[in-house]
Amino acid sequence: MIFGISRELIVHLVIIVVVFFALQITAAVLVYMERKVAGLIQERYGPYLVGPKGLMQPLADILKLIMKEELRPKGADVILFYAAPVLSATAAFAAFAVIPFGADTTFFGFLDHPIHLAAADVNVGLLVIFAISSMGVYGVVLAGWASNSKYSLLGGLRSSAQMISYELAYGLSFAAVIMLAGSLSLRGIVDQQSGYWFGFIPHWYLFLQPIGFLIFLTAGVAETNRAPFDFPEAEQELVAGYHTEYSSMSFALFFLAEYVNMATVSAVATDLFLGGWHGPFPLPDGFEWIWFLVKVFAILFFYIWMRWTLPRYRYDQLMEFGWKWLLPAAVVNLLVTAGVVIYMGW
Amino acid sequence: MDAITFWILAAILVVSSVLVVGQRNPMYSVFLLIVSFAALAGLYIQLDASFAAMIQIIVYVGAIMVLFLFVVMLLNVPTDDAGGEPRRMFGAGPRRIGAVLSAVFAIELALALVRVVSTPLPSSDRGAPVATVYDIGVKLFRDYAFAFEATSVLILVAMVGAIVLARKEAR
Amino acid sequence: MPEPTLNSYLLLSAVLFSIGTAGVFLRRNLITILLSVEVMLNAVNLTFIAVDRYRGTVDGQIIVFFVITVAAAEAAVGLAILIALFRHKESLNPDAFTSLKW
Repeated sequence: MIFGISRELIVHLVIIVVVFFALQITAAVLVYMERKVAGLIQERYGPYLVGPKGLMQPLADILKLIMKEELRPKGADVILFYAAPVLSATAAFAAFAVIPFGADTTFFGFLDHPIHLAAADVNVGLLVIFAISSMGVYGVVLAGWASNSKYSLLGGLRSSAQMISYELAYGLSFAAVIMLAGSLSLRGIVDQQSGYWFGFIPHWYLFLQPIGFLIFLTAGVAETNRAPFDFPEAEQELVAGYHTEYSSMSFALFFLAEYVNMATVSAVATDLFLGGWHGPFPLPDGFEWIWFLVKVFAILFFYIWMRWTLPRYRYDQLMEFGWKWLLPAAVVNLLVTAGVVIYMGW
Repeated sequence: MDAITFWILAAILVVSSVLVVGQRNPMYSVFLLIVSFAALAGLYIQLDASFAAMIQIIVYVGAIMVLFLFVVMLLNVPTDDAGGEPRRMFGAGPRRIGAVLSAVFAIELALALVRVVSTPLPSSDRGAPVATVYDIGVKLFRDYAFAFEATSVLILVAMVGAIVLARKEAR
Repeated sequence: MPEPTLNSYLLLSAVLFSIGTAGVFLRRNLITILLSVEVMLNAVNLTFIAVDRYRGTVDGQIIVFFVITVAAAEAAVGLAILIALFRHKESLNPDAFTSLKW
């Protein structure tokens, strides 16, 4: 007991704070990574002036965003206009709270019993993530409505319709993983993925559910409104969609929410399909999260790579794809998985 | 600790429900209802019903309220309540009868409940096993299988019905 | 702070239900009436879950599952009817729909 507060409580509070700041740093790293990778794909240098190799660029971006003037259109509803980015950012951060990112650890003997490494460890973790992602729609819809501008309204409606359409395929693809793992808690699913077949193929669900993984990633990209599904916020189409009228910190919050959502989808994909924190060679106890980080950033790199390589879908093509192709594929995947599980008796 | 969470969540629930009913702007009503659903989900979690809490958020907050929001936004619902009707809440007419009836109903319910002998909730946590999603699933697909299938037909019918009712008549 | 008993949950549910009923009786805006109906359904759900906890079964959660699903279907159809009505009369006041002829 330190200062009358139990050690476990201190460790939990520290983990919460660390996760919160790690997400923000991830967003900043993603800002840099996006522009640098975009530059390299387009055969030019990305940012290289600010700091060594342009590493201070996110800092410059943040300073610029903070110092801009905060504008609000004339007929905009004040409460809802400022609540929208807050809602988006809150949902984005809250979804990450139940994602485990490391194995049990005692923090080098600081604690008596090993604790799980997650901000909150819930039994129905996967349902919580799904629930909070579905709340992220409100930030978008509110932003579109409260801006009192036709581009924003159209962008907001399209964006939210896209998000709720792809949520179905998102949920069905991880229902198949739940069937294989027999547990709703993300920690349980990752624990099932330890071990190897034939000594060298890791026991990841990626190999048992390749189509499920593709469906999950596609739906995840569409959920976070990233290319090639970013029609509602594409600059050439709708000015900037639902965040047209926002400037300065409100816009920064939307930006942050988008990057943190990307990080959440990557983290969930890592936990569900790529084995979480299990790696080829075991790291010393307390450092398992390094593998987790490596895998999450691999998926994030893939996200950015996709954005700058593929052309974007038109809105009706996007909706048709989500309802007529992705959803039936996810249902068929679920049925086949169910059949195999029953037949093999797992 | 449990008591404090209960009272806070109950207060949020009641206040937001009153505001839902009393608010002029339907957009604010929808958002206040979302707040009340979130408080209700918190109460469910406190009652060891985490599955029901998550279903509430996924279905009610994530889907039904989005539907309400779309309708409110697309219809550009006017914020005032009556078209030329006097605004007196307790004036003569159907409103006064409505107010009186609601008050009578509330008092009757309260009286009926207060007479029940106070029963403490059995503390089941950290002792007896808490129902898991597995138990719910087993019961759902065995005892309530017919209701489950009937619900799926109901949803299909509702979907088709909503589309048919809301489309423009092509003349 | 007294511990919450089953009675507190039932009382809360009753209060919520009467708030919803008051909304249906008193408001003259169809959307608010539909929202009040949702409040009433939530009060009933709370009763189910509270009694469920008291008796140690899971049937309450399953019934709540069905109630929420049926509420979704009802909201969809109700809003579709509302849209059709609004298209006809440009008003959401239920008192405006007084003629039997469309």
